[in-house]
Amino acid sequence: MGLYRDQGVVLRTIRLGESDRIVTLVTQAHGKVRAVAKGVRKTKSRFGGRLEPTSHVSLLLYEGRELDIVTQAEALDHFKAIREDLDRLARATTMLEAVDQVAQERQPGARLYQMLVGGLRALAARNAPLLVPAFFLKLLALEGFQPVLDGCAGCGAPEPLVAFDLTVGGALCPACARGPRVSPEAVDLMQRILDGGLAGALNEPVTPATAEVATLATRAMEHHLERRLRSVTVLD
Amino acid sequence: MYAGPVQELIDQLGRLPGVGPKSAQRIAFYLLKLPKEDAERLATAIVEVKARISFCRRCWNVSEGEFCEMCQDTRRDPTIVCVVEEPRDIVAVEKTQEFHGLYHVLQGAISPIEGIGPEQLRVKELLARVDAEGIKEVILCTNPNLEGEATAMYLARLLKPLGLSVTRIASGLPVGGDLEYADELTLGRALEGRREVDA
Ligand SMILES: [Zn+2]
Ligand SMILES: [Zn+2]
Repeated sequence: MGLYRDQGVVLRTIRLGESDRIVTLVTQAHGKVRAVAKGVRKTKSRFGGRLEPTSHVSLLLYEGRELDIVTQAEALDHFKAIREDLDRLARATTMLEAVDQVAQERQPGARLYQMLVGGLRALAARNAPLLVPAFFLKLLALEGFQPVLDGCAGCGAPEPLVAFDLTVGGALCPACARGPRVSPEAVDLMQRILDGGLAGALNEPVTPATAEVATLATRAMEHHLERRLRSVTVLD
Repeated sequence: MYAGPVQELIDQLGRLPGVGPKSAQRIAFYLLKLPKEDAERLATAIVEVKARISFCRRCWNVSEGEFCEMCQDTRRDPTIVCVVEEPRDIVAVEKTQEFHGLYHVLQGAISPIEGIGPEQLRVKELLARVDAEGIKEVILCTNPNLEGEATAMYLARLLKPLGLSVTRIASGLPVGGDLEYADELTLGRALEGRREVDA
C-alpha cells in the first residue's frame, strides 16, 4: 500500500521518544490507525496543533509494519468551541474514549468515523445535555446491541416498563424488573433517540429524565465495553 | 524470556516513559555490554538522586533540601506565581530571563482520556499557597496542547473567583519561522493575541 490518503479524527496520543507522538485515529477507510507523528512536540513542528485529540484531519500516511507514519496532515475541523470549553472537552473525550474501545485496527468502518464527526460537530455547535448519552445509545445500536425499548426485553409485554438492564437487553416490565429503575419519561427519551427523533431529543433542557438517560447510557456503554470509561468522572 | 536478572532489567526499563518493550530490550543489551564502571556510574546516579533530591515543600520543583533554589531566593517576587506542568518547564521559563516570580509545579496535566484528573496533580497545594502566601497573580504556563489547555481552563475556573489576576501565556508563531508553514490553530491564536505595534 505504501503511501495512502484518508480522513480521520484523532482519538488519543502518547509521547514517544524525545519529540514524537503515537497518534491513534479512527479513519474513514482504514478503521483505527496508529501512526507516528515525528517531531510533533517541537514548538516549530509543521503539524502544529493539528494532531491532537478531537482534531478532524485529512492525512497522508505511509504504511509501516506496526505503526504507520504521518507524512502530511491538514485540518478539516478543529472544533474550537470544544477545545475552549472544559465541559465540552470532557464530553468530547468521553466520545473519543468509547470509539477508541469499539474501533478495530485496520478494519474499515466508515459509519463509526461518520458518527464521531457528526457527534463532535453537534457538540461544537451546542452543548446539549443528551448529546453524549445519545451518542452512546447510537454506538450500541451500531455494534448490534440496540436496547429493546418498545416492550419488555424479558417477556415482550407492553408498557409500563419500569426498569432497564442491558444484560437482559433493555427495558423491563414490573414482572421481569431487575437492574436500575427507570421513569416512563426516560424510556420515551431513549425511544426517541433511537427512532429518528434525535434532533428533538437534543433540544431537551436538563431534567431528571435526561440525567437518568445519561446515567443509563453510560452504564450500558460501560457494560458493553466491559470496562469503566475513565473520562466520565475525571472532571466532576 | 531471558534469564532472571536480564528479564528483570528489561521489565524495569519497560516501565520508563516512552520506552516500549523493544526499546527496553535494546537498552538492556546495551547495558550488558557496558564496562562495569560505566554501568555502576549510572546505577549510583540513580541511587544518589533518589537519596538526595526530593520535591520542594512549597512549589514541588525538584530540590536538594526542604525548599528549592527558587523558593529560597529572596530577590524573587513571591506575589506572582508561574504554574508549570513539570520541573523541566521551569528551566525553559528561566532561560527567557523574563520572569522573576516564584513557580508552582503541578507534576502533570489533566488528561481525561488517561483518567488523570486534578486530584492526581498538585492543585490542592496551589490553592493552599494562594490562601497562605498573598499571591496576587498566577500565570498559567502549561503546555499549549489539549491537556495543557484543559488544565489551564480548570485552574482559571478555580482561581478567578478568589479575586486574583489569572493570566495564560500567549500562543503564537515561533520566532524565525515562515507564516506559510504555520498551522491554522496557531495562526488563529496569534491573530487573537495580536498587539499594538510600538512606533
Ligand atoms: Zn416482562
Ligand atoms: Zn520551591
